[in-house]
Amino acid sequence: MAMEILYESALDIAKWIKGREVSALKVTDAFLDRIEKVEPSVRAFINLYGEHARQRAKLIDEGIAKGEQVGPLAGVPIAIKDVLSTRGFKTTCGSAMLEDFVPVYDATAVERARAAGTIMLGKANMDEFAMGSSTENSFFGATSNPWDLERVPGGSSGGSAAAVSAGEAPWALGSDTGGSIRQPAALCGIVGMKPTYGLVSRYGLVAFASSLDQVGPLTLNVRDCAALLGAIAGHDKCDSTSIEEPARDYLGALSVDIKGMKVAIVKELSSEGIDPAVLERIRATIDILEKLGVSCDEVSLPSFENGLSSYYLIAPAEASSNLARFDGVRYGYRAGGEFNDIWEMYDATRAEGFGPEVKRRIMLGTYALSAGYYDEYYAKAQKIRTLIVRDYGRAFDDYDLLVSPTSPTTAFKLGEKMDDPLTMYLSDICTIPVNLAGIPALSLPCGLAGGLPVGFQIMGPPLSEQKILNVAYALEQEIGFDPRPAGLEKM
Amino acid sequence: MEHETIIGLEIHAELNTKSKMFCGCEATFGGDPNTKTCPICLGHPGTLPVMNRDAVGNTMLLALALNCEITPRSIFHRKNYFYPDMPKDFQISQYDVPLSHDGSLVVEMEGYERRVGITRVHLEEDTGKSIHIGESGRIHGAEHSLEDFNRAGIPLAEIVTEPDLRSPEEARTFMQLLRATLEYLGISDCKMEEGSLRCDANISVAVDGKMGTKVEIKNMNSFRALHRALAFEDERQRFALKQGETIVQETRHWDDAAGKTSPLRSKEEAFDYRYFPEPDLVPVEPDAAWLEAIKARMPELPTERLHRFESKFALPLELATMLTGEKALADYFEEAVATGQDPTALAKWIAGDLSAMLNEASVPINACPLKPRGLGELVALVAQKIISGKMAKDVLREAFETGKGPKAIVDEKGLSQMADGSEMESVVDEVIAENPDAANDLREGKEQALKFLMGQVMKKTRGKANPEMASSLLKKKLNAK
Repeated sequence: MAMEILYESALDIAKWIKGREVSALKVTDAFLDRIEKVEPSVRAFINLYGEHARQRAKLIDEGIAKGEQVGPLAGVPIAIKDVLSTRGFKTTCGSAMLEDFVPVYDATAVERARAAGTIMLGKANMDEFAMGSSTENSFFGATSNPWDLERVPGGSSGGSAAAVSAGEAPWALGSDTGGSIRQPAALCGIVGMKPTYGLVSRYGLVAFASSLDQVGPLTLNVRDCAALLGAIAGHDKCDSTSIEEPARDYLGALSVDIKGMKVAIVKELSSEGIDPAVLERIRATIDILEKLGVSCDEVSLPSFENGLSSYYLIAPAEASSNLARFDGVRYGYRAGGEFNDIWEMYDATRAEGFGPEVKRRIMLGTYALSAGYYDEYYAKAQKIRTLIVRDYGRAFDDYDLLVSPTSPTTAFKLGEKMDDPLTMYLSDICTIPVNLAGIPALSLPCGLAGGLPVGFQIMGPPLSEQKILNVAYALEQEIGFDPRPAGLEKM
Repeated sequence: MEHETIIGLEIHAELNTKSKMFCGCEATFGGDPNTKTCPICLGHPGTLPVMNRDAVGNTMLLALALNCEITPRSIFHRKNYFYPDMPKDFQISQYDVPLSHDGSLVVEMEGYERRVGITRVHLEEDTGKSIHIGESGRIHGAEHSLEDFNRAGIPLAEIVTEPDLRSPEEARTFMQLLRATLEYLGISDCKMEEGSLRCDANISVAVDGKMGTKVEIKNMNSFRALHRALAFEDERQRFALKQGETIVQETRHWDDAAGKTSPLRSKEEAFDYRYFPEPDLVPVEPDAAWLEAIKARMPELPTERLHRFESKFALPLELATMLTGEKALADYFEEAVATGQDPTALAKWIAGDLSAMLNEASVPINACPLKPRGLGELVALVAQKIISGKMAKDVLREAFETGKGPKAIVDEKGLSQMADGSEMESVVDEVIAENPDAANDLREGKEQALKFLMGQVMKKTRGKANPEMASSLLKKKLNAK
């Protein structure tokens, strides 16, 4: 029974549980068994809550037996990226700073996912405070890519992506600030989506870069993605940047009828710096689109050349402010020992509590905001951002959607890019402009290159999630990608 | 050499909204430490601010009362710095696009007016409160610090004036007028002792028209302290300048017990707060409907009320200022005037004896045992000559302490003055007969004799004689000059 549950669609699992073909408890146990088997190799989770999950599963089974309302996704297990606040369960953000921190409230997205009936299995590993593209910056150690255990799963939602890819959970929640859902999804061969900025509440999402962060789903297929997005999206009064948008039934409106749509590939994201093998998969996918009746052009968005620089000023600047609260005073890590004054305590706490990449970005961000440099760096970066927004706007006047590779390469080796931060930053070159513009984008696995997954990125104007999901859905049927990593299956 | 004192003020007023600026916690004074907190005002990871609409509306009301321009689209900024009373280690405040700007407030001084420019009125959140345990009670050298976050997140209106004040007295009068304005608008408890109204000052001395060096003064916790501190600092700077010394630009701490300012241990150079627009909040763009609704709430302001008291009730400036300086006091006065008694008489009683009693007993005018009608009753008794002015003071005290009406007290104690002509005449005749020497002295015009004889009349009547009547009768009977 256990093996028949793994890698099944979350929606099918929900259907079977609701129809009492299988109990929620059996399903949870199947995933817990899988976790026990593969976690030593994958290390996707920071903390696991097996007993709690089983209790929830039992309650759901009882509810279903009594005919109670249990939510449309009742009994389906889920992995939650450890950047989302979970009441009563540690939320570490992959950092020593919050190693033992237990929140007193739930993130809105977590609350909604739970209200829909999902069962949290554990908190997924991540780059510390969501800063990274490989999950190697986690205080708790790196996660391995299920497709090749010596390679990275991507980041910062590497744990979430690896858990789904390894069959440890049917789906997961992650966060995306510069590509942190889409890039790991691409490297692990699964679906990952970043919604329009403001569509999903950020309340309870530990802030990295407030004007860029979003919560989103990582799933095995597009239908599951539509369903999970629908469960968590919609206005939240606790988030002032939340759009006045009601929840939509993305799943219900899913359609493969995409004939006549016009898309274009972004020139600046599809030439220099992109691995030729990756590009080949992208072009093959475009061929499929054209076969489906979608016309495909090429469009140039010159402002994108400065996207990376703009991002690496804005994001660290906001982060330097968002992470100031980690000072050892009210919660989290406080350095031990005697101090002459509070400033010494601050210094020691933050020196010991933060990892090197976090410190690097705090320094960078503080510098970009400082007197005399603000105009030259932060303000200028925001102006470039406006140009990127305008370039997208112009493109979307002519095209329904834009496409590109999600990542310039397939999964790289653990340790390969740790010596040079700038090389690591280049991993985000295709995903970053999306966050700067606040538009939605999805990564769809479109094939393998050298035996490793390649992600196809679909971008759309604000609130075009349905269109993006539809195109992804149609492509998915044609491509027929198998998300099961060959090696892991044998374990 | 011409010296001129230049003063500007930076004032913070806690708004008395039901909840805090960015969360739903109760925004009241006091309570056990850390009982009015939540993840948001404690800066827990992942929390976000949500604007308190009333706080914005009330700040705009204040801005309009100070004749400011409302900025059509204002934004919040983050002011970044580390301190243990800062839950997020940044304060959500406003920077270069504040809620309002360029207003003014005219302060009535004795014999002239001072127009004080208001640079801006903006909105921000308050910090927590620190108690530093150690010798000095300051953070430097403290053994440890205790932090109470009940206050963290309470809405603060910040008012910045142009350096238009020219004396410590003007500064104090301005603060009193501002306090009254806040009280009239009903948007703040504005109590300096409780910290709901705070003031820092910038003071410099210009020499022969050339601008002096600004010194910032902090820790003035009452109007009196404000005046004393500025007077001290003014004196210090003038003296130093006369000695040929230069004034150091610094922040100085007022020590009320010692009666002097001293330099705060300065932090290297001017602090860089790395202001940037708050990404978690949207801009404030009040629409016409909201602005109209706010304008409709504007009450009669202290200065308007002052002028009305001067013209309608013919009150002198000092009395009118005193009464209108506190809304509740002015309200009490107007209620008393409604009894039909002489406004000036009522005003004098309120500003004088009654205020003294209230202060002595630490009772606010709202809780005064003698209601306005009762005061009217008292004044009527004096006007009708039923009791003397002197007697009325005793009746007032009795009424204040027991809560009984003045008329009831007078009746109970049989205190009515002898104002009956014939009764009075017989007493006066008696006194004249019993005191021939004094009577002769008065006949010859000696003033002391009148006093003595009056005393005798009072003694005989047990203080009930109407003084004017007794005096005129004595003089008449003795054909005194």
